[in-house]
Amino acid sequence: MAPLQELEAAYIRCCGDTTFREELDALLREYVGRPTPLTFAARLSRELAARIYFKREDLCHTGAHKINNALGQALLARRMGKRRIVAETGAGQHGVAAATVCALLGLECCVYMGVEDMARQELNVFRMRLLGADVVPVRSGSRTLKDAINETMRDWVSNVEQTHYLLGSVLGPHPYPRMVRDFQSVIGREARAQILEKEARLPDVLIACVGGGSNSLGLFYPFLGDDAVAMVGVEAGGRGSGLGEHAARFRGGSPGVLHGCYTYLLQDTDGQIAPTHSISAGLDYAAVGPEHALLHDAGRIRFTAASDGEALRACRILAETEGLISALESAHAVAELLKDPASWRGRLIIVNLSGRGDKDMSTLREEIEKGAPERPSGDEG
Amino acid sequence: MSRIGEAFERCRAEGRKAFIPFLAAGDPDLPATAAALQILDRAGADVIELGIPFSDPIADGPIIQASYQRALEGSVSLEKTLAYLGHLRLRAPLLLFTYLNPLLQLGRRWSEPDLPAESGLHRLAREAAQAGVGGVLVSDLTPEEAARYRDVFQSHALDTVFLVAPTTTEIRLPKILSCCSGFVYLIARTGVTGRQTVLTRSIENHIDAIRRHCSLPVAIGFGMRTPDDVRRGCAVADGVVVGSAIVEALHRCVGRQNWELEFARTIGEFVEATRNGGSRRHSG
Repeated sequence: MAPLQELEAAYIRCCGDTTFREELDALLREYVGRPTPLTFAARLSRELAARIYFKREDLCHTGAHKINNALGQALLARRMGKRRIVAETGAGQHGVAAATVCALLGLECCVYMGVEDMARQELNVFRMRLLGADVVPVRSGSRTLKDAINETMRDWVSNVEQTHYLLGSVLGPHPYPRMVRDFQSVIGREARAQILEKEARLPDVLIACVGGGSNSLGLFYPFLGDDAVAMVGVEAGGRGSGLGEHAARFRGGSPGVLHGCYTYLLQDTDGQIAPTHSISAGLDYAAVGPEHALLHDAGRIRFTAASDGEALRACRILAETEGLISALESAHAVAELLKDPASWRGRLIIVNLSGRGDKDMSTLREEIEKGAPERPSGDEG
Repeated sequence: MSRIGEAFERCRAEGRKAFIPFLAAGDPDLPATAAALQILDRAGADVIELGIPFSDPIADGPIIQASYQRALEGSVSLEKTLAYLGHLRLRAPLLLFTYLNPLLQLGRRWSEPDLPAESGLHRLAREAAQAGVGGVLVSDLTPEEAARYRDVFQSHALDTVFLVAPTTTEIRLPKILSCCSGFVYLIARTGVTGRQTVLTRSIENHIDAIRRHCSLPVAIGFGMRTPDDVRRGCAVADGVVVGSAIVEALHRCVGRQNWELEFARTIGEFVEATRNGGSRRHSG
């Protein structure tokens, strides 16, 4: 508890500190490349008879939204006098973001990654090492994200004095869910100002993919008070509806405790955490952020899922229609648009393009060569 | 006084320290666990910690992680463990060592629809007590969230043990201690189970701090790997928990010819260390 309390106190201090804010904003601008554009998708909009905008987190330095949080936490860690960062990573984007900010700020970086994930995201592993980070393979448990989190936590509790745990999503023990959400809210704050400038009104719907929940909550959070703005979170529908075939926590999960928070989990009847599957490593996680659980129960966010096939198809259609190659994670959000196109008619929509798809090229090529079946996910939601 | 309290009281009266071994339920299977528990009991264990396997044991190092993994492959669960151990009549009380989620889910499953949510936890506590459990330690349950668990468990005369870490501040200490009953479990070093701990002066400071706030016995654990570690631990605390070393010892010998004898011999060395520990100074 002590490290968490120390972290919370330091974070609250930074929240009230204008020089911290200015330092972070300057780096977000000059190093990350913010603000990211809100791009109008003309051809897609015409096809769906709607007005569709993409929030371009794929244009952030390192290619995804992860760096918004990594930078904030790394600056905080430096303020706290920590010399070393540990981080978990699934797809590798958060690991790359962590390695990047550590190189920028001169901090030691150690990233834990499940060996299953290392195999499917080789490019990101290489990038992290090129950036000077230590990438430690995790062979315990299911060898994916949750096991990487376990190992990172074990490292942190063993080295707490010099080390900060740079958690990558809106998960884990307090204050992480709140802190990560706050750092990612730059997405929604910008998008809100941008849409008002372009359309002189608020959007009808926001759509984002949901793994841990950081990109979605980052977009949604500043709009929570705008009751007329609907929100859709798209989870990983994987390759089937059985436990272990997907990562749709709100479909097949139930409330439980994992990694220091109480939220919806995919688990068996004994409370053992279930294996999950998604073609996209970044969505392949058994728990969803607790704030999502709250907003789901409050009916504020509607959750749905896209299958592996639907995400792949969405990726290709977006590339051919708008010249945007999205990450497989983000493609799940795009898939939601394509599932029932008529339902979006006349709406003003913002879709979070949380990352670019360079890291997924080999997966995309494999699947296309395989002639991946495009089975619907069976979503009635 | 609770069964665990009495166990420590007996040690004190006999001028020795408490030996608290740890085993994972179901590694390699429940029959082997039952046999090992009986060996520990006969060897003189004062309290026996029984770990309930969990898929994500963040507080545990590789030895216990691997042990839990093996047990889960055999589909062991809290429910099956309690049912199986009902027939054992051990002298030493069991301390259930579990993460919160398996406990939470079983409590939910056992809740009667027309009774309050607590009914499941009450049934769990009842069955645990019948299976020889004297207390529960939920490693990821913070004192802030513990009220309903404490109420239910204590109403069935089950102790609720909490962990104190070397990083626990003196400001936070009273809050944790006020939730503890039976004994206080002091983690000997920062980190997870298994890696060897060299006891330093600061451990004595931590024990003194605990004793300033409460009169419960203090046992130290995490990284107590050898009989010498146990001797050093006994010099400063009221009892020593030995976990990974015993899990590993059992794993190495189980399945072999006469494994029970080999296991009993290893245990004997640890028990011996708690008998001689009180009179030796540790090399902090």
